[in-house]
Amino acid sequence: MSELSDVVVPGSAQSPRSVAWARRRRAAGEVWAAFRRHRQAMAGLIILLAVTVMALVTPLLADRTGLSAVDSLDNPVWASPSGDFFLGTDNLGRSVAVQFLYGSRTSLLVGVAATMLIVVIGSLVGVIAGFIGGWVDSILMRLSDWFLVIPFLPLAIVLARILGPSIWNIIFVIGVTSWPYVARITRAQVLSLRQRLFVERARALGASRRHIVRQHILPNVAPLILANATLAVPIAILTETTLAFLGLGDSRNPSWGKSLEEAYTAGAITRNAWWYYLPAGIGIIAVVLAFTMCGRALEEILDPRLRERR
Amino acid sequence: MAEPLLSVRDVHVRFASRRGPVHAVAGVDLDVVPGEVLALVGESGCGKTTLIRSILGLVAPTSGSVTFDGHVVGRGHRRLRRLRRSVQMVFQDPTGALNPRHSLYESVAEGLRIHKVEGDEIGLVHDALSRAGLRPAARYAPRYPHEVSGGQRQRALIAGAMALSPRLLLADEPVASLDASIRGEILALMRGLVDDTGVSIVAVTHDLGLAWNIADRIAVMYLGRIVEIGATEDVIGDPQHPYTRALLSVVPELEAMERQILRGETPDPSRVPSGCRFHPRCPVVASGEAERLGILARCTGEDLALAPVPGAAPPDRVHAHLAACHAVSADATITAGGEGSAGATPG
Repeated sequence: MSELSDVVVPGSAQSPRSVAWARRRRAAGEVWAAFRRHRQAMAGLIILLAVTVMALVTPLLADRTGLSAVDSLDNPVWASPSGDFFLGTDNLGRSVAVQFLYGSRTSLLVGVAATMLIVVIGSLVGVIAGFIGGWVDSILMRLSDWFLVIPFLPLAIVLARILGPSIWNIIFVIGVTSWPYVARITRAQVLSLRQRLFVERARALGASRRHIVRQHILPNVAPLILANATLAVPIAILTETTLAFLGLGDSRNPSWGKSLEEAYTAGAITRNAWWYYLPAGIGIIAVVLAFTMCGRALEEILDPRLRERR
Repeated sequence: MAEPLLSVRDVHVRFASRRGPVHAVAGVDLDVVPGEVLALVGESGCGKTTLIRSILGLVAPTSGSVTFDGHVVGRGHRRLRRLRRSVQMVFQDPTGALNPRHSLYESVAEGLRIHKVEGDEIGLVHDALSRAGLRPAARYAPRYPHEVSGGQRQRALIAGAMALSPRLLLADEPVASLDASIRGEILALMRGLVDDTGVSIVAVTHDLGLAWNIADRIAVMYLGRIVEIGATEDVIGDPQHPYTRALLSVVPELEAMERQILRGETPDPSRVPSGCRFHPRCPVVASGEAERLGILARCTGEDLALAPVPGAAPPDRVHAHLAACHAVSADATITAGGEGSAGATPG
């Protein structure tokens, strides 16, 4: 209790808002402190920061013309890494390093944007189904069953084919096919929260559904959704890789998945041109691993059952 | 006589369960006048908690009416909202009833915010906290439920209820989850609130001894019905129903009574016995007393309602001493025809 004293300002100078904000700051500070103590989490965070910075400064490092086969006609083909070409060139003479840099932008964008879509749809459906219940719940859960039961890859392929190859369509496809997992987890949590006594107390106080959801349900499912979101990013990145590898990616934007596909079709593996496929592969593994490490750590820190009592 | 603040008329609550319909509350009439403490006593599963939850509309009564302050309580959020400002509830488990992510301040202020109470929120919250015994309020307000003791949590819960200046407080086993040493303090606090603010309290408890300590009136419930009701001194001093006597006989403070340990659990409310619902466990029936009085057939076959206890002159409708027992009325006929000694009790 001693750490309490430095938070408590004697007298009643605090306004309710400032009390609430102080609490949030304190909670966030505690999570951050636990996060910093977590080795894996910090390793993941450093990798993510590095990749994000790399993706952001890419336009300063390399010109987009390096992605064009026409502009690369003068370059040697299948050149191994050298001073001129840091990561060598591909079968068309394009710089692998430039493709890698631009690919990181696509992969990160798809990973983060698709995850946001998954989280928004999934948590919305989960909260509505769990809180309202009844026939609304039945309909929403049958719908999510439908998405869960249909084999994911064929559905994604069909959707990507119909909608056409653009990066936003890829994001959309990943979003609409992956939300049921988040919806299920959120709904389960909401169902258990709804039975909690403090929700009944709020009802007895005359609270509206809106108040109960905003004050009691959402703050208690938010950590779970956050942890799941960080775990959904790798799935989205891998899905983008899969779709790009199958030739359903955006032909104008290079991505790590597309690099792998092009390396594969160009015969980089038989030519032993490791510099063509390894960077993209390692990039995917590193980002996926980093998100997973952060996600697992967050899950551990935010789950009260896994956390020692404050 | 004061007009009743709360009137419950013939309220039934039925639930569907896997084994068929459960009749948790089976026709209850109850009046609460301003400024009184009514204790609702009975074993686990007798429907007392369901009854007070139905008063607040937390479970919808299957039939019957609840009137608060002259207005029949309707259904639906809008109508219940007004009721839920004047009627507050205190829960058995203060740990579960406080959101672990909210400070005591936020929990107490919640009702004020829901009802958009005008005025100085901080002042109202701190005032409620200090009235509930959490002093100095500024020190307790920013704390979280896990940072204070169980008794302090219950005080915070009471503060949250009293912040809205309710006219009726429904307390569901308010001290059952607390240490014996803290129970007395919480009960004294509740009694003090009645004296200071004129609030009425309906306290649900399974402990007649506790009811004796704080209640002005006691209602004893058995299997969804009130079987005896009256002023505390009448019910404790002159219990009429065999069930009340059995409950009283095991209160340690009342050593004079011969102990009667009731056999069996509370019967299953999905299968209510015929006749008087207490007869399978009734000591009057088991001892052969009912047969001697010639009422055995009525005990096992004839349902009955509350009736005024003979002898005592009822002060008024609300405060009358009522019991639902064939033996009480049968005995009354005998005493009325015979020696006429008031206070004679069967068994």
